[in-house]
Amino acid sequence: MTEEIIIAGFGGQGVLSMGKILAYSGIMQDQEVSWMPSYGPEMRGGTANVTVIVSDERISSPILRAYDTAIILNQQSMDKFEPEVKPGGTLLYDPNGISRHPSRKDINIFKVEGAKKAAEMGNTKIFNMIVLGAYLKIKPIVKLENVVKGLKKSLPERHHKLIPLNEDAILLGMKNVEVVQEV
Amino acid sequence: MGELKLMKGNEALAEAIIRAGTDGYFGYPITPQSEVLEYLMASKPWETTGMVVLQAESEVASINMLYGGGGTGKKVVTSSSSPGISLMQEGLSYIAGAEIPILIVNVVRGGPGLGDIQPAQSDYFQSTKGGGHGDYRLIVLAPSSVQEMADFVPVAYDLAFKYRNPAMILSDGAIGQMMEKVEFFEPVPRLKDEEVKARYPWATNGKPVNGERRILTSLDLDPQKLEDHNHHIQEKYRKIEENEVRYEALQCDDADYILVAYGTSARVSLKSVKLLREKGIKVGLLRPITLWPFCTKKIRELVGQGVKGFLSVEMSAGQMVEDVRLAVNGKVKVEHFGRLGGMIHSPEEVVEALEQKIIGG
Repeated sequence: MTEEIIIAGFGGQGVLSMGKILAYSGIMQDQEVSWMPSYGPEMRGGTANVTVIVSDERISSPILRAYDTAIILNQQSMDKFEPEVKPGGTLLYDPNGISRHPSRKDINIFKVEGAKKAAEMGNTKIFNMIVLGAYLKIKPIVKLENVVKGLKKSLPERHHKLIPLNEDAILLGMKNVEVVQEV
Repeated sequence: MGELKLMKGNEALAEAIIRAGTDGYFGYPITPQSEVLEYLMASKPWETTGMVVLQAESEVASINMLYGGGGTGKKVVTSSSSPGISLMQEGLSYIAGAEIPILIVNVVRGGPGLGDIQPAQSDYFQSTKGGGHGDYRLIVLAPSSVQEMADFVPVAYDLAFKYRNPAMILSDGAIGQMMEKVEFFEPVPRLKDEEVKARYPWATNGKPVNGERRILTSLDLDPQKLEDHNHHIQEKYRKIEENEVRYEALQCDDADYILVAYGTSARVSLKSVKLLREKGIKVGLLRPITLWPFCTKKIRELVGQGVKGFLSVEMSAGQMVEDVRLAVNGKVKVEHFGRLGGMIHSPEEVVEALEQKIIGG
């Protein structure tokens, strides 16, 4: 199994940390992982993306131009990465702030109202965990128990009290993912 | 087996520096390697191993701190990125001339000039052909994973001390910034002063027991003596070329074509090998691990084995390709494919380049 993922959105949405938690979860179940951020002279509100690869084999290129899954959280990222999903691949997006919805006919498309649900829960910071939950419902590449272990590894000790909240958010995302199109 | 950690290449390098028994790190921040100094400062190794971590006033100062520290037989290291490494060239030439073992890490960014902060491999010439003035070489190791960013630190130190020569780890912004899992070697204690004295009879660390003066210098105004010294270091370089070549050859045994690539380019090219093999084209990857000394013999072996063409894949305008051409010596086709200024090839672009420049060309 090799899963090549791009997670893309605005800086501040938790894109990089979502990728990091996913990568740590892969390590917890003995898989190879890579996490390659777009880094640069970027700022809050600018675009941010990260390529995460989870695999049973040695990972070759950490930099890709074609993805098994694109997790898209803003319009700029939709414009850039919808064309780079492999045929038969998967696109998951949050419709909040999206004016041009995905139009490809050869990929699986799902959506999750992450921003809306996070606002309903009264904590916009758990937005990325809702989206992660939606992704793991579609592609259960890592077990929830390993995600929790991954959270413990990637969060500093003082934030460990927030792990149950993150777990709830993941479960909420799992419940709220909607199928737009399946091929 | 130690614990697996998810870390950036720069952080793994910094942790390995502490574990390798380093006596002193002297550096100056620059993107994309600032995490090295940050990690060292946060880890406070001076409280555990006694290692010094110092932010110098400039790169020029830090390389000269290495000249002094290394001259006393201590394990010293600096890290920087391209423009900062350029500033260090004078000091590096002196260090090579005085035969002082030190470690220098370059996390390369796009150039020339201040360039940008994205990954590049355009410092290959500077690293492998000398860099500063005079006839000298650095031993250059090129990691292509976060694990190797850690593992190459003790390897580079060992080579530096074995040959009394500066060693360099030549990385790039992508390897520095990406996170992968890494498992660390067991920490090595710092040498005690008496151990340094016993091991390194050349080191200038106090009055020798036999009263003989020790002088470390790169200056000798007598041209005959300087020629002798040059012959001596050249002999040393021939030994290094004989004994220390390291590379990884993947799927080369039955290959008709070879991609030659190091660091990030090697990672991209490995994916291209997979894509090309899916198309039925027999391609292998030759990944030089030491960029100097270069794997000339292995390339000649591959030519002898019937390889029809080589494509040097680099994030540069074509630097390592010159060493590949020297090795192949006109016998088969050698071409270069590069992205410049901080751009990275996609695996698909490399596939296309091989098809157009080597197979179809």
